[in-house]
Amino acid sequence: MSDATHSGSSFFGRLGRLFSAGPAKPGDSFGAPGVGNSTTIAIASAIGIFFLWWVTTTPALGPMVKPLFLPSPAEVWDKFVSVATEGYQDQTLAEHTLASVQRIFIAFVLAALFGIPIGMAMATNRVFRGIFDPPIEFYRPLPPLGYLPLTIIWFGIGETQKLVLLFLAMFAPMVLNTRAGVRSVAIEQIHAAYSLGASRAQVLWHVILKGAMPEILTGMRIGIGFGWTTLVAAELVATERGLGAMIMSASEFLVTSVVIMGIVVIGIIAYSFDLLMRWVERRVVPWKGRV
Amino acid sequence: MAQVKGRPASKKAKSASTKSRKNSRPAKGGKATGNGSGKELRAEAVTVVYPVKEGDDVHALEKVSLSISPGDFVVALGASGCGKTTFLNLLAGFIKPTEGNVTLGGKPVLGPGADRGVVFQKHALLPWLKVLQNVTFGLKMQGIPQDKRRDMARKYIDLVGLKDFEQKNIYELSGGMQQRVGLARALTSDPAALLMDEPLGALDALTRDNMQELILDVWRETHKAIFFITHSVEEALFMATKLIVMSPRPGRITHEYELDFCHRFFECRDARKVKSMPDFIEMREEIITIIRGDELEGGNIHV
Ligand SMILES: Nc1ncnc2c1ncn2[C@@H]1O[C@H](COP(=O)(O)OP(=O)(O)O)[C@@H](O)[C@H]1O
Ligand SMILES: [Mg+2]
Repeated sequence: MSDATHSGSSFFGRLGRLFSAGPAKPGDSFGAPGVGNSTTIAIASAIGIFFLWWVTTTPALGPMVKPLFLPSPAEVWDKFVSVATEGYQDQTLAEHTLASVQRIFIAFVLAALFGIPIGMAMATNRVFRGIFDPPIEFYRPLPPLGYLPLTIIWFGIGETQKLVLLFLAMFAPMVLNTRAGVRSVAIEQIHAAYSLGASRAQVLWHVILKGAMPEILTGMRIGIGFGWTTLVAAELVATERGLGAMIMSASEFLVTSVVIMGIVVIGIIAYSFDLLMRWVERRVVPWKGRV
Repeated sequence: MAQVKGRPASKKAKSASTKSRKNSRPAKGGKATGNGSGKELRAEAVTVVYPVKEGDDVHALEKVSLSISPGDFVVALGASGCGKTTFLNLLAGFIKPTEGNVTLGGKPVLGPGADRGVVFQKHALLPWLKVLQNVTFGLKMQGIPQDKRRDMARKYIDLVGLKDFEQKNIYELSGGMQQRVGLARALTSDPAALLMDEPLGALDALTRDNMQELILDVWRETHKAIFFITHSVEEALFMATKLIVMSPRPGRITHEYELDFCHRFFECRDARKVKSMPDFIEMREEIITIIRGDELEGGNIHV
């Protein structure tokens, strides 16, 4: 590879430079994995994918892919406008979206309300750890679609069942991250607090909970992400309103444009939530990773 | 002049003579001031054995006795693994001795408390709180109202030179400034004793020299009983009124020295001068020889 690195203009030379480990420019750190900015490449990649979609599906270019499998961007956009204004199956896009966001939000609040205290209790007390470890560790790796039938048998096909499924998806990451957060609190901080006259309860509240905050927020962010991942499964059965339900019923009628539109909308909302949570993290724990 | 009194510590295992001082110094004032200023911190024949799963148990400390009175600056020095941190943890109340006991002003130490302030090497500040809130954290835990805390802390904030940094975040401060916060925080509860485990160990040489002087000044001003662990022989000699050298396997005090180099510093305010005095250098070499011997024996140095 060293020959190629020197002949910088040839294709292999450029390829070689991508992976070579020559001395770093001043300001860069030698050997640091993945240095450099990738924004331009990312934008080019996104445009490239979109272009590919457009080229292969646009009728004027003689569509290479049948609309049934992949409708053109224009078609999906038209569908977006029509569902947004007229609706799909008697519900507008806003109503579908609101129903899903509401479900995720309620399940999220419940998961945080239970997950964080239980995570704290498990991390600080062996009895709680002993009690909760087996059920949580058992169900955590299961795919939600796997226990979906059970939630239907137990909770019926109403709103409760959907919330239970979303709750379960969000609960485990919140518990686990809260535990990791408690472990990340430096023992020196705890010792210092006791030596300043703090009681056990005060240490728990003023040191351990505060110190675990960065990981707790990460848990919330991952939890919300899992919620969106599980949305379609949660709205699979007997659901009138919701983005997941909209996608499922569109797929039954082979309305691929609505399916794709729904996927894109979920993607955008999920990503926005993620950005929102990152923003909250920066506001609430500006000290994260800086001590 | 430094009186050299190297002697085996086991000889001076003192019989319990604490009864007479039990009631000699009632805690002054109310809860607000003083968590027991003016009390003597004492370890009597303490032994600590750590259980080890395989092999022999570790005798981290074997019948160690030490008393630290108000105004004493006791420095502990020794090869790593000789039980310095274990001993500090005992004094702080984080662990209890396998045998023997620890008392403060005649009362047994049963756990950590605001009457013994601890300064750590690092990672002990609370980064979600500003400097001022860190310094007053102990007062808050002790239930002192917010408006009073600031007044009580001001003296110590000024003393360690943090006046203009009260509203800064911890992570904006240099290592030296962070240690000042740790020091001020421990002082603000007005403890009887101050326990420091290599508080300057993570600082660069220049900052370290400055902090040595700062700690000495703080000690002279507050007249606390101080127990200070360090790896640096020079630092130990410079700061101690009483230097204890510890040895591992089992951990014990092998030498004790009464020193006055810190007082010489107070006279001339020139640390370099004190540290280059002939008897300082002589003591330094003597102690380095002792510690090197321990480290060689323990196989920590490969020649
Ligand atoms: N929690 C522990 N469990 C078992 N052994 C320990 C523990 N803490 C310290 N030790 C052992 O006790 C001895 C003294 O340790 P320590 O007090 O940390 O020494 P120092 O601070 O002087 O370096 C060492 O041999 C160490 O390995
Ligand atoms: Mg140590």
